[in-house]
Amino acid sequence: MKRWVALLAVVAMGVLAGCGGQSQKPAASSQPASGSQQQPAAQGGGEKVIKIGLIAPLTGDVKTFGESTKNGFLLALEQAGFKAGDYKIEYTIADDRNDATEGVNIATKMITQDKVKAIVGSVTSKVTIPVSEIANQNKVVLVTGTATNPKVTVGEDGKRKPFAFRACFIDPFQGTVGARFALDNLKVKTAAIIYDKGNDYTVGLAQFFKEAFEKGGGKVVAEETYTEKDTDFSAILTKVAQAKPEMLYLPDYYQKVSLIGKQAKEKGLNVPMMGGDGWDSAELDYQALAGGYFTNHYSSDDPREEVQKFVKDYQGKYGSKPDALAALAYDATNILLEGIRRANSDDTEKIREAIQGLKDFGTVSGKVTFDQNGNPIKPAVILQVQPDKTQKYIATVNP
Amino acid sequence: MFLEQLLNGLQLGLVYALIALGYTMVYGIIKLINFAHGDVFMVGAYLGVLGYTVWKLPFPVAVVVAMAGAAVLGVTIERLAYRPLRVRNAPRIAALITAIGVSLFLEYFSSLRFVFGPNYRVVDRPFKDVRWQLGPLGISNIQVIVLLTVIALLLLLQFVVYRTKIGKAMRAVSFDMDAARLMGIDVDRVISFTFAIGSALAAAAGILYVMAYPQIYPFMGIMPGLKAFTAAVLGGIGNIPGAVLGALIMGMAEVFTVGYVTSDYRDAVAFSILILVLLVRPAGLLGKAGPEKV
Repeated sequence: MKRWVALLAVVAMGVLAGCGGQSQKPAASSQPASGSQQQPAAQGGGEKVIKIGLIAPLTGDVKTFGESTKNGFLLALEQAGFKAGDYKIEYTIADDRNDATEGVNIATKMITQDKVKAIVGSVTSKVTIPVSEIANQNKVVLVTGTATNPKVTVGEDGKRKPFAFRACFIDPFQGTVGARFALDNLKVKTAAIIYDKGNDYTVGLAQFFKEAFEKGGGKVVAEETYTEKDTDFSAILTKVAQAKPEMLYLPDYYQKVSLIGKQAKEKGLNVPMMGGDGWDSAELDYQALAGGYFTNHYSSDDPREEVQKFVKDYQGKYGSKPDALAALAYDATNILLEGIRRANSDDTEKIREAIQGLKDFGTVSGKVTFDQNGNPIKPAVILQVQPDKTQKYIATVNP
Repeated sequence: MFLEQLLNGLQLGLVYALIALGYTMVYGIIKLINFAHGDVFMVGAYLGVLGYTVWKLPFPVAVVVAMAGAAVLGVTIERLAYRPLRVRNAPRIAALITAIGVSLFLEYFSSLRFVFGPNYRVVDRPFKDVRWQLGPLGISNIQVIVLLTVIALLLLLQFVVYRTKIGKAMRAVSFDMDAARLMGIDVDRVISFTFAIGSALAAAAGILYVMAYPQIYPFMGIMPGLKAFTAAVLGGIGNIPGAVLGALIMGMAEVFTVGYVTSDYRDAVAFSILILVLLVRPAGLLGKAGPEKV
């Protein structure tokens, strides 16, 4: 009997260890970030301190997004000397693994335990939508660099979330630009759309692309969905190939797009492929998607002075060219710092008003003025994927 | 289009079949659902990919190394996690829970940075992509490789199980473990051998899977593992031809749902078939009916 009990205990421990791994992993990966990179608290001295947080997917299926975001965030803080107005900036960084539940957990922790006044992040719309909900309820200012879905700053009920802002354009604009480019420049009349039905970002882009494409006289001949866990697209692509579209619109992140692009070519679908800013990653399969186009926020080849200075500073610090994720995180952080500077207060209501009131604030990705929904009015660029792992600048489209 | 979808279904189904065989063989012998099997599939895929990318082995050698590595892993799991329980006559549920523990361990251990790392990676194929167009039917070289490899492995397995001494021993142990032991069969060795074969097949499936769908990450074994397990149950768990049949039905159901209905119902239809079949034949399509305690 005793032995049996001991055995069960061992089994239970084994299982607990297994589950423990699951729940401790995010904590473990965020620990070094917040532990080693947090500044020591100001010592008495009367210096005023404001705490801010960064939420980004540092591991998982879109980890290059998170890494670029973190780099842009840190560069902006460093250049500001970790100060804004009379306030010294302290920061903490956490990993959401591109998981909405995890994002909500760490946002709650940041707000209730770390007492942050503002959050930069997260990166993807599916995580940022629930995170912005929480930030708004707790009156914490949120500026995301890259979450493009309209629902980030506007709730399901159509009401503005007053504390949420973003540094990027939104998906209705991005989808429309993609559709117009397809009709006017690629001169195609028919398109197929393949998207993840469980992801706000891809669903939104697919819908806005379709609306604009059909309004412009095009026809969507096939519309197929998949789920996040799918890896086999052969059946979908065989069916799509049968409809003979002149282009494929693939509005997902780089990992899924790489898989779909590769399998599409195997099914003989040698038509132009197009997508959104989710393609922008060094880990995109450049061979499979060579010749494809995507809409993006900025191009590092843009000759504007702000862009070139940023590219130079970034390369000096990190040794690689900044992608749009890094640029937008840098912009989002600077927007937040400017808000704190202008408000010169740690009252989140005042910071929020200062950000909303920005007029033509110069950022890397263009001049920022917010509309009533906290969205900046900015142009988009169209880039082409090259087989040598670079992106060729094609055009700029103004709103 | 029909022929091409048939080929897609065959490809998917045969890869499931290789995984399903591991579930069904282990169950057939020690009545254990080895939930860690999907993760052995993942480790096998990683070993194969590392083999020809990082260690620069020729591709066929990398496959053999991965299959051998997975076989060693399977035997080790059996030795460390399942045998101690079996020797002490632990309740079957304890072994099942252990299997889940081993599965989680493999997934999260593989996610550590000094092992395989938590990230998705694009897999570069070791050969060029070729596509042939035979009238209306388009075939890629990947499909041909998958089909031929799986069929060859299935024939090899058939030979081992029905034409060799160890195969005979496996069948004897599966039929009645105690009687087999009384006849002088080294039951533990037979069980280890079963784990080794099942794991090697899973590794082969893993490599074929990442060749066909070129992406790799530590949690990639969960879905194919689950579907292969379902296929094994559908065909009658414990029955080798049943596992292959079940896997083909699963693959075809998925592909034809996408091709002719809508991709939204992909998994719903596949699993509905499972439920319907089990309602009519609780032991699965080719399973032996009889008192079972799972």
